[in-house]
Amino acid sequence: MVETIDHDVVIVGSGLAGLRAAVEVLSRSRGSVQSLAVVSKLALMRSHSVAAEGGTAAVLYPEEGDSLELHAWDTIKGSDFLADQDAVWRFVTLCPEEIRQLERWGIPWSRREDGRIAQRPFGGHSFDRATYAQDKVGFFEMRSLYDKLQEHDNWARYDETFITSIVLEGNVFRGFTAIQLKTGAFVYFRARAGIIATGGAGQLWKFTATSVSTTGDGIGLAYRAGLPIEDMEFMQFHPTGLIPTGILITEGARGEGGYLVNSKGERFMQRYAPSKMELAPRDVVSRSMMKEIGEGKGFLDEDSGLPYLQLDLRHLGREKIDSKLPFIKELSMKFTGVDPVEEPIRIKPTAHYTMGGVRVDINGKVLDRDSHLVKGLWAAGESACVSIHGANRLGSNSTAECLVYGRIVGQDIVEYLESDRSPPAGSGSPLIAGEEERIFRDLFKNETSSADVYTAKAKLREIMDRSVYVFRDEAGLADALRQIRELKRSFEGVKVADGGRVFNYNLQDVLEVGVMLDLAEVVAEGALNRKESRGGHARTDYPSRDDKNWLKHTLAMRTADGPSFSYSPVKITLWKPVERKY
Amino acid sequence: MDSVTLKVARTGLTRASYELKYRKGMTVLDALIEVRERQDSTLGYRHSCRMGICGSCGMTIQGVPRLACQTQVSSLNSDTITVEPLHNMTVIRDLVVDIGPFFRLHRSVKPYLIRNDIQERDHSEREYRVLAEEVRRFLQFDYCIMCGLCYAACPTAALDPMYTGPQAITQAYRYMADPRDEGWEQRVDLLDTTHGVWRCHMAGACSFVCPKDVDPAKAIQMARMEILKKRILRKKGKPGSRPVAPSAPGQGKPGTKAPPFDFAEGRTKET
Repeated sequence: MVETIDHDVVIVGSGLAGLRAAVEVLSRSRGSVQSLAVVSKLALMRSHSVAAEGGTAAVLYPEEGDSLELHAWDTIKGSDFLADQDAVWRFVTLCPEEIRQLERWGIPWSRREDGRIAQRPFGGHSFDRATYAQDKVGFFEMRSLYDKLQEHDNWARYDETFITSIVLEGNVFRGFTAIQLKTGAFVYFRARAGIIATGGAGQLWKFTATSVSTTGDGIGLAYRAGLPIEDMEFMQFHPTGLIPTGILITEGARGEGGYLVNSKGERFMQRYAPSKMELAPRDVVSRSMMKEIGEGKGFLDEDSGLPYLQLDLRHLGREKIDSKLPFIKELSMKFTGVDPVEEPIRIKPTAHYTMGGVRVDINGKVLDRDSHLVKGLWAAGESACVSIHGANRLGSNSTAECLVYGRIVGQDIVEYLESDRSPPAGSGSPLIAGEEERIFRDLFKNETSSADVYTAKAKLREIMDRSVYVFRDEAGLADALRQIRELKRSFEGVKVADGGRVFNYNLQDVLEVGVMLDLAEVVAEGALNRKESRGGHARTDYPSRDDKNWLKHTLAMRTADGPSFSYSPVKITLWKPVERKY
Repeated sequence: MDSVTLKVARTGLTRASYELKYRKGMTVLDALIEVRERQDSTLGYRHSCRMGICGSCGMTIQGVPRLACQTQVSSLNSDTITVEPLHNMTVIRDLVVDIGPFFRLHRSVKPYLIRNDIQERDHSEREYRVLAEEVRRFLQFDYCIMCGLCYAACPTAALDPMYTGPQAITQAYRYMADPRDEGWEQRVDLLDTTHGVWRCHMAGACSFVCPKDVDPAKAIQMARMEILKKRILRKKGKPGSRPVAPSAPGQGKPGTKAPPFDFAEGRTKET
């Protein structure tokens, strides 16, 4: 018998969006929420949000020339006009309150001389509105929220508990099934409301800035539960991933004045974005870099075999680097032995942010295939696609989205639970039994095992790095899709090699890679279908944006033969699309 | 160095030994990943961010608590590396320890901004003004990534499982030093105890192993100093100070002295 754990609200994912939602529910509910659970496959405070570095966007100083309109315009232009403009407007109006709210919960924002909150320039923003706490913004935001959470009593944490499926009955959310790593127990979280806040899928690529935990579980499980996932072909490649692993060097390094330099010693951005230079949006900078490398103006790292360009911070001087970019210095020195005060940093574009995700409405409520609301289920943060970022996210808008949407979703859930007092219902039993069987019978006892999980994972990530990277084309994508399908087929016979129950990471790896293969198929096929270049999706065979045919969101639904695709219109409420130049 | 041998303390085994080809820039985490992916998929260890900020991969490497992801194999000057779980915590499997009690200690010191006016804290539209130099008083202590290395290195924690520990005391002090905080009265009685700040005997191991230069040993000293200062002010009845809070129920009224203990009788004297 599977153990059932009951909570009013179950939040899956303990990053910024998850924690912000938890705090909002706990501090807003007056009796309507008796208990809340934060479920994380890591321990709390280990989520990848802690690695966010550069800033959180917000209009704090309208009296100095910034405005909500400007923030909204920058975001929409940055999105290559694929963002839903009603959502963007709501988002920018709530960002400033989040900055100040975190301040009152203790975050050490960097300050101006008069004690007010400081901001720095960031790519694609036409005002210095990236609020920062040195270069560890996500880390300090997480600390403040985690600490705030310690004040409350009516919540429980389920650390190292890995979600394996979302249980829906028709159009109603019932709960999640999960494996608790510490005991190996398979459990059922039954809840009146659930939030998917599991982050992005950066691990689909080998050269990636994201942690090993960002395997896109929430997005993939929503897809498996029959829900549509949106705009998955739009992946952001951040220009400055550290050679050889891809870990992140913040855009703040360029915000503080760093240069990008090719092997001829040129600041090549002047040829691609003369007005914004290094602070053009990330998709523009990453494409420029790959063009330079393609034209033979890159360097070659002989140890890893990777091409690279240089990020030069030397002219900023030791004092500025130490006070504004201490973490960048630490990373560069610890992982490559390069002191940025003395030498340029070696970088190339790295998989960074999943613009797509679980399809939600403007309140973060999950939508089904017919655009009806799924009762009791929300998604927030990188795992959701509202869509605020469209085809390309601006730097410092992601932490902002996590905070704003964590709050919106938290608020929405409290209202929902106040109006709907029905207890959690439905045993969901056939689904749960089936899930238990899939994992503990099929995966452990697969007799015909031919696939090795780690070989499959490595192969997948190589395919994605090679053919679904910054530049894409028909031949490469078709080939990638064929190989991903082959991998998927052979993976059906995979077996869990570790027969133990306690902390069986091998089992978790098998479950994660299964989801990754599903998502990779959606990404590659969505990219193959989209015959235009927009934001993070750049086709060499279709180099321009095609608003006539492609100003629409991609929706992928799971069928027995892989994804089926449909499209939905973009909400254009403020500005008509125009040519995007920097 | 062409190859490197990992000697890993595994649950139920004495030592498992794995030999790997050395690559330039290889970290201990890289080596462990290679073992799980190529040699032995049952090896248990935690990891996540690969960049020294999530705090997952704390373990004892060559006898010292360190983060595996930022420990270069070449920095250890040996082609044989011993890897063991963190000390002062219960081992669950291989290199995975139970870190729950550590998180609970942290929670016990009320590590959040306490204000008398909750309404203002949670619903105001303006920020508190804080000067850069005021931020500097606590910023260093806010770098803590909760990896547990300080606690694993602490000789006091090894002997006294009830000791609040270097991480939690540092986090209490982080808020005590924050000009926005008003939680002094609540927090001081949590620290000024037998198992609190006075338990530390200043070995300094916590600061030695901290991967983020938080310097818990310094925070503990600062907390002691503040407590003494405030206690003296209270005793003198200076404005703003209050009588000592009660220690535990059944031990007399707040502020009164406990009855003297009669050693010959083995109980408190009747008064």
